[in-house]
Amino acid sequence: MIEAVGLTKRYGAKTAVYNLSFQVRPGTVTGFLGPNGSGKSTTMRMILGLDQPTTGQVTIGGYPYRKLSNAPRQVGALLDAKAVHGGRHARNHLLCLAQLSGIPARRVDEVLGVVGLQDVAKKRSKGFSLGMGQRLGIAAALLGDPQVLLFDEPVNGLDPEGILWVRNLMKQLASEGRTVFVSSHLMSEMALTAEHLIVIGRGQLLADMSVRDFISHNSADFARVRTPATEPQQREKLTAALTEAGGQVLPEQDGALRVMGLPLPRISDLAHGADVRLWELSPHQASLEEAYMRMTQGAVDYRSTADQRAGLQQQLPPGVMPQQQFPAPGQGQPDWYAPPPPQPQGAQPYAPPQPAPGGPNPYAAPPQQPPTAPAAPAAPAPADLNKPEDPR
Amino acid sequence: MAATQVLRSEWTKIRSVASTVWTLSLAAVLTIALGVLISILSRNEFKNMSVKEQMGFDPTFISFAGMSLGQLAMIVFGVLVVSNEYSTGMIRTSLAAVPQRGTFLFSKIAVATLLAFVVGLATSFIAFFLGQAMLGSYKAQIGDPGVLRAVIGGGLYMTLIAVFSMGVASMLRSPMLSLGILMPFFFLISNILGAVSATKKIGRFLPDQAGSKIMQVVPPVGDDTPYGPWGGLLIMVIWVVVALFFGYLLLKKRDA
Repeated sequence: MIEAVGLTKRYGAKTAVYNLSFQVRPGTVTGFLGPNGSGKSTTMRMILGLDQPTTGQVTIGGYPYRKLSNAPRQVGALLDAKAVHGGRHARNHLLCLAQLSGIPARRVDEVLGVVGLQDVAKKRSKGFSLGMGQRLGIAAALLGDPQVLLFDEPVNGLDPEGILWVRNLMKQLASEGRTVFVSSHLMSEMALTAEHLIVIGRGQLLADMSVRDFISHNSADFARVRTPATEPQQREKLTAALTEAGGQVLPEQDGALRVMGLPLPRISDLAHGADVRLWELSPHQASLEEAYMRMTQGAVDYRSTADQRAGLQQQLPPGVMPQQQFPAPGQGQPDWYAPPPPQPQGAQPYAPPQPAPGGPNPYAAPPQQPPTAPAAPAAPAPADLNKPEDPR
Repeated sequence: MAATQVLRSEWTKIRSVASTVWTLSLAAVLTIALGVLISILSRNEFKNMSVKEQMGFDPTFISFAGMSLGQLAMIVFGVLVVSNEYSTGMIRTSLAAVPQRGTFLFSKIAVATLLAFVVGLATSFIAFFLGQAMLGSYKAQIGDPGVLRAVIGGGLYMTLIAVFSMGVASMLRSPMLSLGILMPFFFLISNILGAVSATKKIGRFLPDQAGSKIMQVVPPVGDDTPYGPWGGLLIMVIWVVVALFFGYLLLKKRDA
């Protein structure tokens, strides 16, 4: 059991983690999500006693890490797969870690077998690929047969077989009653591995709940309805009928309709009643990725901009009109994540957190509050393209 | 966390990287080879020396002439032992395994110091006997007063240079920065300060100049150094202790 209470870390003027409180329970795989620079690795380092929190504390089994007796036998961690002396071979790397905590050398060969590195045990880790480095790091974490395991991005650089292996390993470790805390950027992977999620953005807690709750709270399941493309008036007729019945209808780029708030059979009945034929009526279940993107879209620090290629484009011969590039319908469209449906209680528990009472909030800028009524989908990228050209 | 476990682990670490073998053998080879060379040259030059120079001729010290170069390899050894942890990022894994940072640092330094002492002492004895063999009739005997102290002192000197570098490296963390400061300091600045008469009085309190006093048997004529061989070594030890103390303090305070 890992427990953080009011964890805050400042590096000079920059606040990396602010007032973070959460619990990681044994017996399940807990995913740790957040955009780049949101404080995941800093939190992991504080859990391991490497960085001293500015305020607050984090404990493992009730003790701060530095007070644990024989910590490597209780906690195993993979922080950085490349943090290995390249000139030392894999077995010696593990051996010196094993000797630190009085683990017999026999165990080193065991874990090398577990991660599948037994054939390169006497090879210098300099020549290892990223995936092999990850396996070596996982071996180091497993060395002490610990009850608490932390993995920072364990599947980076692994092949599909390795990813499957890590996923099963995490689940197996959790099913043995261990505490497993895993950070990752791969949402599809997290959806398959983790049962519980802790999501942070800009160093603050955004969510602490099960994966299923997270998806249903942060996404709107909807139905995609398509009327015959040849008869646009049918589409308007259906839109009116569905809106009248209490559904929210949004037009999609390719002419389909996105319907929220009505179950599929009801949509079919309404269409039948309005004498509208349907070409498509399909349920759309939100993915973890979609739910995550929706939640963190206001908390992303590093956002890419459209590549203007100013001055790099070839001059067109006179008289030739530049070919306008229209995106194909439904392809290459930046996804727009509608705000989550209004919560029945009226409150929005998973909106960006409110400033803590009393304490000064370093992120005083008003969080991007999602509008309560869904507006027409506006693709964010074209807005950048409309900016005046750089005068250079 | 038993310190013996940390010591064993540090021994595995130090013996499993190639840089240990390279730097230590380079230190031994440079010290011995240059000492032999200078000893041969000195024997041939002795007849041409002035009486004053002949009076101050110190055959023991001559055979340690290679140490000015050999100590640079010792510095590299000391710096790499500590800063390897930082440049590879291994320090996080190590400190997560040994949250008692003092135990970690001093176990590491203890293992490296012991190794440096064994190599340094062997180097010192070989450099002395080979050097004396080259000096022919001008040679000193190991039983002569002060000679055994100088030869053992040579081993101590090389060890302390390495430990001083370990202390500096644990303060600075980066191997490039540590070597960039230590190398010119011991190879140039200390020598320049010692050669210019205005700064000579300060220069003789620098770690290498004070420490190398232990290797002298016959003091140069007109020598007014205010400390003896053991006093000089003590000054060097104080430098080393200060470097280690600040290295420890910073490691304890800093985020890894």
